[in-house]
Amino acid sequence: MTPLLEVSDLNAWYGESHVLHGVTMTVAEGETVCILGRNGMGKTTTLRSIMGIVRKRTGRIAFAGQDLMAMPLHRTARAGLGFVPEERGIFATLTVEENLMLPPVTAPGGMSIAEIHDLFPNLRERRNSPGTKLSGGEQQMLAMARILRTGARCLLLDEPTEGLAPVIIQAIGDVLRTLKARGLTVVLVEQNFRFASKVADRFYVMDHGVMTQEFPVGDLEARMGMLHETLGV
Amino acid sequence: MTMIFGIPVQALLGQLLVGLINGSFYALLSLGLAVIFGLLRVINFAHGAQYMVGAFVALLGLKYLGIPYWVALVLSPLIVGAVSALVERTMLSRLYALDPLYGLLFTFGLALTLEGGFRWVFGASGQPYPVPASLNWGVNLGFMFLPVGRAWVIVASLVACLAVWALIEKTRLGATLRAATENPTLVQSFGINVPLLLTLTYALGAGLAALAGVLAAPVYQVSPLMGSNIIIVVFAVVVVGGMGSILGAILTGYMLGVAEGLTKVFYPEASNIVIFVIMAIVLILRPAGLFGKEG
Repeated sequence: MTPLLEVSDLNAWYGESHVLHGVTMTVAEGETVCILGRNGMGKTTTLRSIMGIVRKRTGRIAFAGQDLMAMPLHRTARAGLGFVPEERGIFATLTVEENLMLPPVTAPGGMSIAEIHDLFPNLRERRNSPGTKLSGGEQQMLAMARILRTGARCLLLDEPTEGLAPVIIQAIGDVLRTLKARGLTVVLVEQNFRFASKVADRFYVMDHGVMTQEFPVGDLEARMGMLHETLGV
Repeated sequence: MTMIFGIPVQALLGQLLVGLINGSFYALLSLGLAVIFGLLRVINFAHGAQYMVGAFVALLGLKYLGIPYWVALVLSPLIVGAVSALVERTMLSRLYALDPLYGLLFTFGLALTLEGGFRWVFGASGQPYPVPASLNWGVNLGFMFLPVGRAWVIVASLVACLAVWALIEKTRLGATLRAATENPTLVQSFGINVPLLLTLTYALGAGLAALAGVLAAPVYQVSPLMGSNIIIVVFAVVVVGGMGSILGAILTGYMLGVAEGLTKVFYPEASNIVIFVIMAIVLILRPAGLFGKEG
């Protein structure tokens, strides 16, 4: 099967600091892939490089047959990628509704506002509140919801469960399963592999800027010892 | 004769009107500066020069092409906005990645170049712009004579300021602009062409300066120095209002214009410095400005 997202020999730098040292990974359409790894190993940089936020990079990134390397940042979203950053990026001067409506619809097939409100009822109730007055969980839902509206075919989610209460993490897991059922492709960066094991089809383990292992969810139990050692949990 | 605080009411209201007219220019100009600073983080020292060029476009258009005032009100901001967009795209945008000081120095150099160029071609003395016939009359209010041309400046400035405020605070485009002010990279990752947004914002700010220039043409004389004469006061207005605050720039513009006008009545010697005294007091008591956000 032709992968929807194909990354080969990706190197990336922050100034003089060489962070990614030849990342190679593929993601098939409709698949949920999780990148595991300790802090500072390059997981976030991988997502930011794929999206085009980190511009100092070499290698190859192809999405749905399009070369993303030469594409300006604003065109990447229009190619069908949606990015939800770790810090959520909720705009303080905008209401929940304005935050939700901010990204333009880039392709058909995105969720309607009614569907989004059904999936995240809190956002309907708090639509006129300033975005940053929401709880951490609600902000995470808003950050995901605004990308779902755009018609993105592939979501890049950076640590969506970080700092959230277990009940919220469970709700986010439910949302991800719903998105999977709708055929969305998801690349997830997580340190919480118990959460990831419930939503991901396949895993990459990242260490010092390279993918060191790749395995399907079925192999997770057998690799628990290695994961505990590698991830330091 | 009716007196208020020992001052004839006609003199008081006359200076209030002058203050409101000056305040109208301060508000329009500081609004443009605030819009540019808010999104581009550039302290646009060329703003006074863009105001001057706006007035000259109207004057030269009338003199050589017979373009009337009402057409110049639209045409001049469009021309100055388009040229400024070109300057932003080809030159200013190259400096965004550097220290903000470079943007300030570039616009300062641009202001000096424009002012020097216009002085070289047109000389330093002012040239009159005839008041359009439709504005060249007045109303006797009983207690004072109100020239319609002066009242028009106040109304036009108010309408333009409110329109820009509504554009930024009440529309989706404005929400995008506000978001891009907070986190331009994330906004760009949503598929929004932020560099184009920056260019359009700079053009809008420069266009507002040109609009103020056209409005000023029949009120003051059109001179290459008219921009540098007003720009320092306008910077003081922006600082008092709060850097980047749209509403702050508008309200402070009118308030300081009126304060300046009333000082001319009560203590004329201080009228040239009152705005800077207020700026110093505000900076001591509230460094972020009256409408700026602390921290």
